[in-house]
Amino acid sequence: MKELDLVIIGGGPAGLAAAVSAYDAGVRSLLILDREQQAGGILEQCIHNGFGLHRFGEELTGPEYAARYIDEVKKREIPVQLETMVLDLQPLPDGSKLVTAVSSGGMLELKAKAVILAMGCRERSRGALNIPGTRPAGIYTAGAAQKFVNIKGYLPGRRVVILGSGDIGLIMARRMTLEGAKVEAVCELMPYSGGLNRNIVQCLEDFGIPLLLSHTIVEIHGKERVTGVTIAQVDENRRPIPETRQEIPCDTVLLSCGLIPENELTTAAGIPLDPVTSGAVVDQYRQTGCPGVFACGNVLHVHDLVDYVSEEAALAGESAAAWLRGESLSGESVSLIPKDGVRYLVPQQLRLPLKDDLRLYFRVGAIYDKATVEVRCGEKLIFSRKRPRLVPGEMESLVLKKSLLEGLDGPLTVGLSLEGESK
Amino acid sequence: MKRNLTCIVCPMGCQLEVELEDGKVTRVTGNTCKRGEAYGIAECTAPTRTLTTTVRVSGGTQPLVSVKTAAPIPKELLFDAMKVLRKLTVAAPVALGQVVMEDLCGTGIGVVAGKEVSAR
Repeated sequence: MKELDLVIIGGGPAGLAAAVSAYDAGVRSLLILDREQQAGGILEQCIHNGFGLHRFGEELTGPEYAARYIDEVKKREIPVQLETMVLDLQPLPDGSKLVTAVSSGGMLELKAKAVILAMGCRERSRGALNIPGTRPAGIYTAGAAQKFVNIKGYLPGRRVVILGSGDIGLIMARRMTLEGAKVEAVCELMPYSGGLNRNIVQCLEDFGIPLLLSHTIVEIHGKERVTGVTIAQVDENRRPIPETRQEIPCDTVLLSCGLIPENELTTAAGIPLDPVTSGAVVDQYRQTGCPGVFACGNVLHVHDLVDYVSEEAALAGESAAAWLRGESLSGESVSLIPKDGVRYLVPQQLRLPLKDDLRLYFRVGAIYDKATVEVRCGEKLIFSRKRPRLVPGEMESLVLKKSLLEGLDGPLTVGLSLEGESK
Repeated sequence: MKRNLTCIVCPMGCQLEVELEDGKVTRVTGNTCKRGEAYGIAECTAPTRTLTTTVRVSGGTQPLVSVKTAAPIPKELLFDAMKVLRKLTVAAPVALGQVVMEDLCGTGIGVVAGKEVSAR
């Protein structure tokens, strides 16, 4: 059995950035495994621009952003094994990890001292959404349609209704329109869009595509092929209002209803997950509950911007290198608990003492105007910052100075206090 | 006259307020960077967009290559540009950054490949 210091599962933006930073921190025995024919992950099909503004200070398309990291990996001669799908991950009694994969060459077993989980996420499908109706052809996730159009060169339909206003849905509304399809509407169950503001402007408003907030598809029609959908407005409890039902003829339905981190391997390894992020519970090093296993990118929590994926992955790569050098990444554990409007926090745990300043990522559960983000230890306010507007579709972050967190004596909470509310 | 816009220069999406007099921009507020101001002015006078799409590749390991306009083009030309690019086929190998069309629809703006496609 081949033995390695570090195996990175996934060769998308997270896996590539993690590999580069692990290498730069001294790791030489490492391997990236990816199931696709090329590295780069989902970026390969994201041909629109807007990637890399934070990381590189310029606007790149997805393939261009991926190419930068693929180049860095090549320069360092870090091996990437493609068309190889990891099937199982098991911690061994000696502290190493057994990675079982399959490729055209057959079964592959690797023994790794450390593993970085960078498997990304997948889209919520029709089955997961429970949309009633028949089962005709013409129902795709937005990402599947994106692959057909941008990689394969097929237009999956001519008259389209999109359910969900996540960024991929918005991007595909524009893409299908430019390629000659008519996008009848984008229906969003929530009273606000989950996508970036700029995408609502440049993907919908630019083309006069209606965004129907608080609307959902209640039925899909058609026997062989989709012939139409019935949509309806929903009430505040997200239940369809029968009087508002209307039928829209179309031949294609695209679903952009959220992303789910792909954590089957994490679960198989017995690593605890956060029920809100659906990713592993990690500490500030991005180390999971299994020592020597790290996680980063969309498999840990779904990001909106790849720039932050790269940043998080670099941290995971450095941490894995430190762990392999025998540096202690353990220490007294303190929980980070989201409350009052904050839906989740990453990391979920701190290992004390902190070696560096702490960057916290979080998402809110609704739209809040003029809110103050408050970090507390018990009743004691440690940090607060005013934000003009917080929306669920945009991940937030804040940096806590190391000195602020010295002498913590209990869990930290992060919550919102709204203007006019006294606490 | 005032126009409220969402800036699309970067993912921050600043809310801009553009003040106009006789079709000329007199003031842009709400932006957090200079590019936002430039966007506010351009959007109210001559709106432009960077077009990203794909063109066919012959003899390549992949059927398509992703491309983008080297600079933003006038917004009203987006569909004309798509029509032209739909007819274009480039021969593999295609290099990252290769100019696949010199002048798109008389704009003087080129179209460049966003990835590498090797020959089959």
